[in-house]
Amino acid sequence: MNRVIAFIPLIAFAAMAVYFWMGLRQDPSEIPSQLIDEAVPAFDLPAIEGFDQGLSHEDIQGEVVLLNFFGSWCPPCLIEHPMLMQIARSGTVPIYAIDWKDEPGAGAAWLERHGNPFIRIGDDQSGRTAIDFGVTGAPETFLIDRNGRVRYRHVGVITEEVWEDTLRPMVEALQRS
Amino acid sequence: MIAELGQFLLILVLCVAVLQAGLSAAGLYLKDPAVFGFARAGALVQFALTLGAFGALTWLFAVSDFSTLVVAENSHTDKPFIYKLTGVWGNHEGSMLLWTLMLTGYTAALAWSSKAVAPRLITLTFAVQSAITAMFAAFLLFTSNPFARLWPAPVDGRDLNPLLQDPGLASHPPMLYAGYVGFSITFAFAVAALIEGRADARWARIVRPWALTAWTFLTIGIALGASWAYYELGWGGWWAWDPVENASLLPWLAGTAFIHSLRVMEKRDTLKAWTILLALFTFSLSLAGTFLVRSGVLTSVHAFAVDPQRGVFILAILLALIGGALTLYGLRAQTLRPTGTFAMVSRESSLLVNNIFFAAAIGLVFYGTFYPLFVTTVSDETLTIGAPFYNATFNPLMGVLFLAVPLSGLMAWKRAKLGQLLKTLSPAVIAALTAGVIAAWMANAQPVTSALGVGLGIWVGAGVLADLRSRIKLFEIDFGASLRRAAGLPLGIWGMLVSHLGLAVLIIAITGVSVWKQETRAFLSPGDSLELSGHVVRLDDVVRLDEDNFNAAVGRFHVTRPGGSEHDVVASRRFYPVRGMYTTESGIDANFAGDVYVTIGDLVEGRGWPVHVYLYPLAIWLWIGSSILALGGVLAILDRGRRSLSSRKQLPGAST
Amino acid sequence: MKKLLLALSTLALAAMAPGPDEIMEDPALEQRAMALYDQLRCVVCQSQSIGSSDAPLAVDMRSVVRERLLAGSSDGEVLGYMQERYGDYVLMRPPLQANTLLLWGMPLIFVLAGGLLAFRYIRSQAVEDETLSDADLKKAEALMKEEGLE
Repeated sequence: MNRVIAFIPLIAFAAMAVYFWMGLRQDPSEIPSQLIDEAVPAFDLPAIEGFDQGLSHEDIQGEVVLLNFFGSWCPPCLIEHPMLMQIARSGTVPIYAIDWKDEPGAGAAWLERHGNPFIRIGDDQSGRTAIDFGVTGAPETFLIDRNGRVRYRHVGVITEEVWEDTLRPMVEALQRS
Repeated sequence: MIAELGQFLLILVLCVAVLQAGLSAAGLYLKDPAVFGFARAGALVQFALTLGAFGALTWLFAVSDFSTLVVAENSHTDKPFIYKLTGVWGNHEGSMLLWTLMLTGYTAALAWSSKAVAPRLITLTFAVQSAITAMFAAFLLFTSNPFARLWPAPVDGRDLNPLLQDPGLASHPPMLYAGYVGFSITFAFAVAALIEGRADARWARIVRPWALTAWTFLTIGIALGASWAYYELGWGGWWAWDPVENASLLPWLAGTAFIHSLRVMEKRDTLKAWTILLALFTFSLSLAGTFLVRSGVLTSVHAFAVDPQRGVFILAILLALIGGALTLYGLRAQTLRPTGTFAMVSRESSLLVNNIFFAAAIGLVFYGTFYPLFVTTVSDETLTIGAPFYNATFNPLMGVLFLAVPLSGLMAWKRAKLGQLLKTLSPAVIAALTAGVIAAWMANAQPVTSALGVGLGIWVGAGVLADLRSRIKLFEIDFGASLRRAAGLPLGIWGMLVSHLGLAVLIIAITGVSVWKQETRAFLSPGDSLELSGHVVRLDDVVRLDEDNFNAAVGRFHVTRPGGSEHDVVASRRFYPVRGMYTTESGIDANFAGDVYVTIGDLVEGRGWPVHVYLYPLAIWLWIGSSILALGGVLAILDRGRRSLSSRKQLPGAST
Repeated sequence: MKKLLLALSTLALAAMAPGPDEIMEDPALEQRAMALYDQLRCVVCQSQSIGSSDAPLAVDMRSVVRERLLAGSSDGEVLGYMQERYGDYVLMRPPLQANTLLLWGMPLIFVLAGGLLAFRYIRSQAVEDETLSDADLKKAEALMKEEGLE
């Protein structure tokens, strides 16, 4: 048995161990967005029940915006909501929203109860637009630049940290350029 | 009080294990003869202590002591008593304690059964086992304490996941762990052999029963898991190539290659490096599987907990055990010198080819399971690997391997004559080809795959019969003499024949269930029927049921098969309020031809009850086949190595 | 723990996927749809295909598959549509491309390499030619006959 061959199993294991170690630091349930640096998918959604204006991709051209997917059925969305209200009040960046798979009227009732930080809201009852965006759950927020290109996607709740450390710097950088 | 006692016992286990490992090593180094007796005693003590700790945890579950965290998280006063008990291992901490119990149990069994044969080898083995036990005891105490308290204690617990409240799933972990952990003994034996610098036929003979025992348990454990998935998950899926399912398949593949390689080593004193390496790999894969399930590296429906801290600890254990063992292998593999030689066509070479194919299969499944992890760590891409991939690669690989099974059993050691072989097997060839053609003609889908699957299964099965016929010289000598020969065949040979027969049954069953399955669905109201290929399923009525911890809509169905036979089945949809979860209980009408599998969903106003009907031909043979497979293992374990001849005559000048 | 519950509960719901109201009119299209469901991964309940998951997203994805089929897309185009939106991740069968070549080719490479090494090892052994003399052979046969052995 050749010395070199005898050590191959150990070398293979060592390589594996390195990957495991690196893998521990990652969240395997995060899937990177396919849309980064791509144009926003075309959509034209009606208004949710109780509102006048819907949302289309043309409405969010020309400035840096956040696009938030939410639903009244989604508990983490409720957790994130005060943060969105805070961002809206600060005026740093306009937030648009898509009400995903909600019963008619439910979205409006929810916003009535908890406050409405959104400039305009589109009603995606069928879920097609969410699929076009590659959305896997709510809440998800997309950062879109003034040319209508998706620059970043945040999966999950936007916390104080996420805003201060990640989103806000990106928003401001895009607004300056 | 009991919880504190349990924790104290665990601490003692850790201490004794460390002591045992250290003292055994020292004693061996100093060549102290008393060390063997000490090591045996230590093994028994460790087991007693762990049993005590496990008993304490069981007590806490039995009395529903919700001041203990794991009980509060996984149990409930309304839960049926049997599931309170099986809930002990239905969570991460408890299952790790069960793991450790099995570990010390196996070590104690070794202590109890080993005489002073090869005392140095066995003492070394104890030392390694104790080191492993110490690591797991530390893991329990520091990251996964089953006896952690919850204060203030809640009035009631969070209930055990309803999916786990099921006899199949309650028995699946103990069987599986008995398999995984059993391979720790063979691992320890292999390490001991490397340290001693000697591995030979004697070593192989000592290790064989342990390897076979672990393999048999693992086979049963996997089969139980698959059968549970089949009837519980609601669509008859029994294998999804889920990462954790793969984690149990990997040690099984390695273990199967190992027991075959062990045979070569025992009989012919060759393929030693392979056998030792397989011994190391089998347990290493068991450990890697543990890592997968408990660290959050890969998500899976089986995963216990997404907890990186535990993951780091397990990774450390893996590094120590596997890294240590493989380093030892690299350094010492050269001491494993074979003395047997063999020709290009011989049983040894066929088993060498067997090893290679199994290694390829292991590599494939391993790579497929961990590849997504590799990809995400080095790039932004994500990629996953599902059933279609494995079906396209694993199945053909194993298919080619199975072609060799009948050939291998008939080959002579050292040098085999192909001509004679083919003559013996010619009936099997004809049977296989005929069966394949018939299958292609009769199949309702995929004629080629059907032909291949059935043909292969018949080939393996007929090969077994041809092998048996040849060994007992049936049709060549008188029947009575053949029977006597059959009685005289070693149990190990019977084990091989029976297991390979089980394999043949499985191949055909898998073909049936996967290739010939059909399904249909419709909205039904009571009185309506559904038809599929001549099978009629009629919904008779739906009643509401309220049990201790769930309520359900129970559909009663009447199934009529094409042949005319009629049965009633019950399918239901349950809701467990404490956890807010639904489960589906399927109604299965099973006979040897196949299963009619019925499920019912939630009522849709205005449309009716959504009913799904599946036909799974030959499904029951999956379970029969795997039982036969395991039975072969049991027979082989019982082989004590005595060669009995029903008629004994003294050879001139020979002594028996 | 939350992820575990989510994963397990979606598994539990997976009884009825796809539901009776999802059957397509055209049996040929229905068959293609069923085959495609098994090839697309449910991105929420990660180990299952959309054909065996009842998660709302899986239901939507199945609808999309049916829409695409009705619009005349080929199977490849339907898969590509999903791949565009969710990445390679969504395909159960990893595509045959540069970074997966090794994955697909591995079993074959392994067997060939192993076979080659084995071949060389066996050749390198010295296997003595054991032939008995005729007289010895006759004696051996006689002995074996006596014992009823072979």
